[in-house]
Amino acid sequence: MTTLGMRGPVRIRREHAAVLVTFGLLVAMFAAGSIVYPGFGSGQVVVDLFIDNGFLLVIAIGMTFVILTGGIDLSVGAVAALSAMLCAFLLEQWHWPVAAVLPLVLLVGIGFGFGMGYVIHHFEIQPFIATLAGMFLARGLCFVISIDQISITNPFFTEWAQTRIPLGEETNLTPTVLIGLAVLAGAFWTLHYTRFGRAVYAIGGSAQSALLMGLPVARTRIGAYMVSGLCSSLGGLLFAFYTISASGLHEVGTELDAIAAVVIGGTLLTGGSGYVVGTALGVMLLGTIQTMLRFQGTLSSWWTRIAIGVLLLLFILLQRLLGSSRTRR
Amino acid sequence: MKAVTGHRLFWPAAVLVVMLLANLVVTPGFFSIQVRNGHLYGSLIDILLLGSPLMLVALGMTVVIATGGIDLSVGAVVAISGALACYLISGQEDQGAVSGVLVAVALALVLSAVLGFWNGLFVARVGIQPIIATLILMVAGRGVAQLITSGKNINVNSPPYKLIGGGYWLTLPFAVIVVAVVVALTGLAVRRTALGMLLEAIGGNAEASRLVGIRSRRLIVLAYTFCGVCAGIAGLMISSNISTADGNNAGLWMELDAILAVVIGGTALTGGRFTLAGTVLGALVIQTLSTTIYTTGVPPQVTLVFKAVVVAIVCLIQSPAFRAKVFRRRARPAAPPPASPAAADVEVNA
Repeated sequence: MTTLGMRGPVRIRREHAAVLVTFGLLVAMFAAGSIVYPGFGSGQVVVDLFIDNGFLLVIAIGMTFVILTGGIDLSVGAVAALSAMLCAFLLEQWHWPVAAVLPLVLLVGIGFGFGMGYVIHHFEIQPFIATLAGMFLARGLCFVISIDQISITNPFFTEWAQTRIPLGEETNLTPTVLIGLAVLAGAFWTLHYTRFGRAVYAIGGSAQSALLMGLPVARTRIGAYMVSGLCSSLGGLLFAFYTISASGLHEVGTELDAIAAVVIGGTLLTGGSGYVVGTALGVMLLGTIQTMLRFQGTLSSWWTRIAIGVLLLLFILLQRLLGSSRTRR
Repeated sequence: MKAVTGHRLFWPAAVLVVMLLANLVVTPGFFSIQVRNGHLYGSLIDILLLGSPLMLVALGMTVVIATGGIDLSVGAVVAISGALACYLISGQEDQGAVSGVLVAVALALVLSAVLGFWNGLFVARVGIQPIIATLILMVAGRGVAQLITSGKNINVNSPPYKLIGGGYWLTLPFAVIVVAVVVALTGLAVRRTALGMLLEAIGGNAEASRLVGIRSRRLIVLAYTFCGVCAGIAGLMISSNISTADGNNAGLWMELDAILAVVIGGTALTGGRFTLAGTVLGALVIQTLSTTIYTTGVPPQVTLVFKAVVVAIVCLIQSPAFRAKVFRRRARPAAPPPASPAAADVEVNA
């Protein structure tokens, strides 16, 4: 197997290769879009990718932590919706100050993550089932708060939603983009330059070995779910900024998009291998597909789902190929 | 007492009975079954009828989970199967023709089997983790269903098709009969032949079972194909019951409910030993829960909260780690700590 030039002077590691392929495909798709559709290749389209998918980026980053430990978190979309709902309710119905609401909502997200992580680690319930219960609970609580959509009229929110940070002549950023990028940088730093991050990789490689090495397995695993809860919560708030409303029906299926982005980004679902930068590229790739379909105009929305499915298929087969070439070496 | 409470079906059955009794307290006529127009009517029959698709899907899921796998795509297959059948029937000149309906049903089931086969190939031949292999179809499948229906809801007006999910036969709902037949046949196939044991062997250790001569790859593909067909039948039932194919919402989150039903029934997600009866009980528990919520007048969306609570309780009770940690501590002053999990059971249930 010399398909990847592994025998050449520059050796490409498997994990790097997957991220590079994602990056290459993203560039290729964007180039193709720019050639086919006029107006596609502008800076604003790139920025819009971040604006439209900022919440997904943040959620998928949290998901990356959990998947790196070898788990999975199905509750992310529901926790995000619950966070937005709780925020809207406290602001609009109870008229709490923003400074109190935002930290509280983030704490609720962390609390959800802690609860699920605790049950998964200490009671040995499979992550799939535990986070499924968390998903049902969070989604149900949204409807306990309110069956209907809540519009947010809080001046802080509406101002933030309209704030544009000029970047060059015709390109504008929103604050949410900066938050997304900050989360990305923070996650990268945490995973690669802290003990917690190294322990996350170690547990995903082999929880047994990590335990024998004296790593704090319980703390790290629960911590990963708490990070995911925090990211989901923050993602929900970003989505609330984006739509200036909250509803129990928001972000249904986000967990699938997040998992897809993580897998396309080159992270192994078995854990222990992958990069948060890859996840960001995966989110951008999903966003590019949607943007292309929007520019195309005649293709219906369900083609997005089929395209994501095909992409998943390609990347999973690719990972399989790369994986087997590694074991054969 | 130990023999009863120690039985693997005890907890799911107990939960079901408790929920039914709770219903009886709230609605005094809950258990009454009447005969009207030669059909059986009553809340219990409703639970069976509405729970039929879930029982079928969960049945297929049990077989897949027994091999140590999981099938996330069943909800999508439900949508595709219903969409194809309704699309074919709506295109016919005489929608009421039995032959046309049979062709549509057969084609829909063949497609479901092919989709299950596709999942099986990925898991057994390509060697991809089941959860990812079936994730592909879960994501893409709903798009395919909408492709078939062109994004619209297809309405059909076909009495023979209506029979599958909403009709009656021999005073019983036809769907319930179908489920009973499929469950019985599956039960015979896995318990009266070596098939069930082989599936459990694969779930226990796929590599070891291959080495002792079990054709594990072929059986895994078979399990996924069976699961696809079960989901296909369920899709026919759902679309037939409402005479509409809804590519967007038919079978939405059904994979989660089915996995829940399997877990509540006592089959471990790790594969190996499985119980079909437990799965049927699990599916009925979930359906009873939904029906209960509807009759009590709580907004249906809030069902999810109760579902979460039931899942948490059932899973925690069945978790040996939970029982050991919580109950042993409490029992310690009275008796010395139990040495084995079996002993812990006695204390819990005493």
